[in-house]
Amino acid sequence: MLQITNLHASVEDKEILKGINLTVNAGEVHAIMGPNGAGKSTLSSIIAGNENYNVTEGEILLEGEDISELAPEERAHKGVFLSFQYPVEIPGVSVTNFMKTAINESRKANGKEEMPANEMLKLIREKSELLEIDRKFLSRSLNEGFSGGEKKRNEIFQMAMLEPKLAILDETDSGLDIDALRIVANGVNKLKNENNAVLVITHYQRLLDYIIPDFVHVLMDGKIVKSGDASLALELEEKGYDWIKQEQEA
Amino acid sequence: MELKEKLISSFMAFEEHIDVHSELHDVRTSAIKNFENKGFPTKKEEAWKYTSLNAILKNDYSVFPKHENAIEFAEVKKYFLHEIDTHKVIFVDGKFASFLSATTHDGLDVCLMSSALNKPKYKMIIDEYFNKIASKDESLTTLNTAFANEGAYINIPKSKVVEKPIEIIYFSTGVENALMVQPRNLVIVGENAHVQIIERHQCLNENPVLTNSVTEIFAQKRAIVDYYKIQNDLQSANLIDNTYISQKQESRVSVHTFSFGGNITRNNLNFYHFGERIDSTLKGITIIGDKQHVDHYTLVNHATPNCESHQNYKTILAGSSTGVFNGKIYVEKEAQKTDAFQQNNNILLGDKATINAKPQLEIFADDVKCSHGCTIGQLDETAMFYMQSRGIPKKEAKALLMYAFSNEVIESIKIPELKKRITKIIATKLGVNLGFDL
Repeated sequence: MLQITNLHASVEDKEILKGINLTVNAGEVHAIMGPNGAGKSTLSSIIAGNENYNVTEGEILLEGEDISELAPEERAHKGVFLSFQYPVEIPGVSVTNFMKTAINESRKANGKEEMPANEMLKLIREKSELLEIDRKFLSRSLNEGFSGGEKKRNEIFQMAMLEPKLAILDETDSGLDIDALRIVANGVNKLKNENNAVLVITHYQRLLDYIIPDFVHVLMDGKIVKSGDASLALELEEKGYDWIKQEQEA
Repeated sequence: MELKEKLISSFMAFEEHIDVHSELHDVRTSAIKNFENKGFPTKKEEAWKYTSLNAILKNDYSVFPKHENAIEFAEVKKYFLHEIDTHKVIFVDGKFASFLSATTHDGLDVCLMSSALNKPKYKMIIDEYFNKIASKDESLTTLNTAFANEGAYINIPKSKVVEKPIEIIYFSTGVENALMVQPRNLVIVGENAHVQIIERHQCLNENPVLTNSVTEIFAQKRAIVDYYKIQNDLQSANLIDNTYISQKQESRVSVHTFSFGGNITRNNLNFYHFGERIDSTLKGITIIGDKQHVDHYTLVNHATPNCESHQNYKTILAGSSTGVFNGKIYVEKEAQKTDAFQQNNNILLGDKATINAKPQLEIFADDVKCSHGCTIGQLDETAMFYMQSRGIPKKEAKALLMYAFSNEVIESIKIPELKKRITKIIATKLGVNLGFDL
């Protein structure tokens, strides 16, 4: 699904990613953990195509195709989705209208007809139920005045609507209370299947109690320094990151 | 002959063929004298520092249209708010177009300035209101006063809630090579009365037009007036709009100005307070490109205690366009407990676009709440990335963001059909089809 090889990236001449190698297969859940400033959010932004970062070396393959030169919307059309840590408010554009535009732009790019209105409504109903979203909520302006939890839930709702091949969840657990966390995780788990993959970026282990990863990677100072299974997350929760640093230095 | 000389020499002829009583004659004579002394404003004057009229004054305008030019409704239907029933006062090349209009005297007066100025039955009202709030000093206003003859006359009696909006449209056919028109509107809204008015100036071909318009609005106690100006004209159109508003106790007046086109547009918008607990709202959306120029010059004169004013102007400038926002809030010593708010946000889409923003607060009272905020920036890159990451292409994402930027002002349009129309104009202006009605 996703194959990242020797990825180096910088912003304003400051190197942030220093040679990332990561392979995510269809049907897998990977978690990337690491201390603040390690480059976790940078990595997710770069996979989604944020033009503020310069990829100086390496490649990003999605289903074998190099996407590192594509615009963010082109990557979205190919099935990449990034759930934002801080979703942006768009006053005057309702959640429903935003989704209609997003879905139909994707369909257009993939040579499909626009989705018929009744089909769209059905999809919206189905996915909003999955995320326990009140219908009234969908006619509100996108993210405007939403609580932290509502914003995150709305991100996963959008993910559900767009049905991406690769979903990247950037600190989706931050700002969520336990109920919202459960709803969000439940949504992600239901959307998961053998044809898609999820990359969870998180600082804490908490979310991983609900979305069980197949692999856990530790990102420190722009590099993946350790990989393991779900038990690595628990170990990190217990011991922090310092022991890995020491292990590295040793 | 220069335009100034041409206008002054035309004045005599104009006075001759028009039959007015002597007081009006005196008003006109002193107005033309003021204009003769001052001439057209130049960039040397502080108020005109960022807007030059030089280039547009060079055209050889006819100052009186030579003949009446007819246009078919079908040709111009799109400029009307035709989805709903409205009162209409329509002009073509400065002359009243009865076949396009729907005036009334049934319970309210929506008719012609020329009748109001000339018919004896209106004399008392004209004496009381005409040229009473308009400046007797500002040169373009006095130029208009000197030639004031045609325009809309609207008089809403006490407690009348006017159900249908009133449309005032000035069309220019372009039959004349270059045309100067000087509409004069007078709006009197009685105690507890409520009215909605939409004003539009529209050229129908590329010949240059210079419109120097003056509107006086009198809102009596507890009157509610919502006034909408649509400026979405051709590149050949130049508009100087001078609007003067007099508000009495507890009245609420809002003016929305939508500036989407034209060559040079200057909006002089002046609010004067005469009573307590008055509410004034000034809002605008400006979206222009190429070499277009829009200048908003506003004044809110807080002269009485416990009044509020709310200003919110949004500007998006593309190409080599230039925008000006000069917003003055003047709080007199007596105007304690004033609550005045002014916001002006500007987005520059390219390196060649220019905005000159100048908030001016002059406060002489000591117990007031006055605030202003002014921002100049580009589109938020994070927001762009957010939308693109959902598969929305750059152009559409940009348009959505600009729409969102203007939304605060759009939301306060009280006529739903007009709101729809404005959003449609904005979508067209931004060059996108978003697959849904914004």
